[in-house]
Amino acid sequence: MVLVVCFFVNISLGSVSVPLKSIFGSFFGTIENTNWQIIIMDFRLPKAITAILVGSGLGISGLLMQTLFRNPLAGPFVLGISSGASLGVALVILGSGLFGGIFATALISKWSIVIAASLGSFLVLLAVLAVSSKVRDTMAILIIGLMFGSITAAVVSVLSYFSSAEQLQQYIFWGFGSLSNLSWNELLIFFGIYATGLLLSIASIKGLNSLLLGDNYAKSLGLNLKQSRLIIILATSLIAGTITAFAGPIAFIGLAIPHLTRQIFKTTNHKVLLPAVFLFGAIVMLICDIISQLPTSDYMLPINAITALVGAPVVIWLLVKQRKMMF
Amino acid sequence: MKKETSQIILKADQLSIGYKTKKAENVIASDINFELKKGQLIGLVGANGIGKSTLLRTLIKVQSALSGTISLNNRDVNTTSTLDLAKQLSIVLTESLTSKNLSVFELVALGRHPYTNWIGNLTDKDHAIVNASLSQVNITNLKDKRCYELSDGQLQKVMIARALAQDTDVIVLDEPTTHLDMYHKAYILKLLQKLTKETGKTILFSSHEIDLAIQLCDTMIVMKANDVICDQPCNLISNGVFESLFPKDLIAFDNATGSFRVKK
Repeated sequence: MVLVVCFFVNISLGSVSVPLKSIFGSFFGTIENTNWQIIIMDFRLPKAITAILVGSGLGISGLLMQTLFRNPLAGPFVLGISSGASLGVALVILGSGLFGGIFATALISKWSIVIAASLGSFLVLLAVLAVSSKVRDTMAILIIGLMFGSITAAVVSVLSYFSSAEQLQQYIFWGFGSLSNLSWNELLIFFGIYATGLLLSIASIKGLNSLLLGDNYAKSLGLNLKQSRLIIILATSLIAGTITAFAGPIAFIGLAIPHLTRQIFKTTNHKVLLPAVFLFGAIVMLICDIISQLPTSDYMLPINAITALVGAPVVIWLLVKQRKMMF
Repeated sequence: MKKETSQIILKADQLSIGYKTKKAENVIASDINFELKKGQLIGLVGANGIGKSTLLRTLIKVQSALSGTISLNNRDVNTTSTLDLAKQLSIVLTESLTSKNLSVFELVALGRHPYTNWIGNLTDKDHAIVNASLSQVNITNLKDKRCYELSDGQLQKVMIARALAQDTDVIVLDEPTTHLDMYHKAYILKLLQKLTKETGKTILFSSHEIDLAIQLCDTMIVMKANDVICDQPCNLISNGVFESLFPKDLIAFDNATGSFRVKK
């Protein structure tokens, strides 16, 4: 219910407010104001859907990672997914300066960034998967993911040292994250991969619940540990990887939403948590997006700043109020 | 009936346990042979570091044996799938739970996992079994509590109930009496004895409570540096097995009372 309200409020608000009534009108093509129709169908609606996918997806991958790694600090990016994407994007934007010339201008289109981000996260993911099939200890995989993050961060800073201010700015803008500018075609690809990841997560619910006891207990309950671990990692990577590719490295949501949901629902059962995290993630993301648009003004704040500004105090407040972390 | 009770359920044959690295095998104990019978309570005792945990971890397939075979219900565990094994053998470990926010009922219900559908929905039968397991260990009143609210003793009972709910022929417990006071140590072991009698399950546990184990167990496995002996407690006493279990400078085994005494 809240989700639906947020969805429509999100569409309605922006630098130009569109009355709710007209939103329905534009869905069915019965609206007179064609400007509004264009704003809604080509801009606001895709953005609202993106917000839902991003929020719910990051929340779910955060939940998967926290359970798999038995670590409340884990998020969707612990496997180095976002660092891989950052590296790809940095190579395209910043590295183009090194290669110079015509090459550079041709490279920096939106698709090249999306492809670079996907490729980057995919490669890092392959490396992590290869390592994780050899390493028995789940904690070791966590550390390895973090190490990959450090390596890519180092490469990015070397690249930035040799880059022009303009290129740096472009890279930083990508880092702010953005929910807008997705065409319907892009959205379709986004949704396809997201849905695959979501189905894999739903299939993992039972395994995730037995992982709450610990690896050895889970195995004694008949869980194929290696296989489930692989599926969970794959689901996270698909979801978080595409999100990063299309919307940039959106921080915080993935870490905070699962905590928020556990505090509110007071359960660690994934059968409840997964759908709840889906809803919460989507709602929070829509609200953050509404705030970032600064309704009725012409400015738009970076979504990444808003998620943390809004979310962090909420999580702190919840933890202080309940004095105990649910995990 | 007589035939049923003498049935062999868990068997170790020429078993050698330890850790394998790329370069060398670190053998902790070798040439282990024993046959455990159905419906018995079996205690595994031995000094610290002798390899009790390694043996148990090998039996429950957490780590693989260096050589030799373990058979459960006349079937080599190495050829048994994880899921089939989960229906025959359940465990209670010393490691702490990843999430202590589960309610007691939820935790015990996790024991039904090998039998539930892909998403883990409990049927009426599963509910009945979970409730029966809770009442078998007298913790029905704790049903809705969360695990972090429980004492060590209560938590141990919950873990035993979970193993019961898994409905297996064999339950293996690694040091179920650690962190418990004297009363609860006796309580837990007595409970295990009662469960073998009532349910016909075979329960194998490792413990440092040799005195209690001698009084309660049907069979004991004694691990020593070069030897693993499996026999009835009274035979073990008359053969003087316990006397050589520990260095003789501090404690001595008293055959008459079946317990260890500190040397004055």
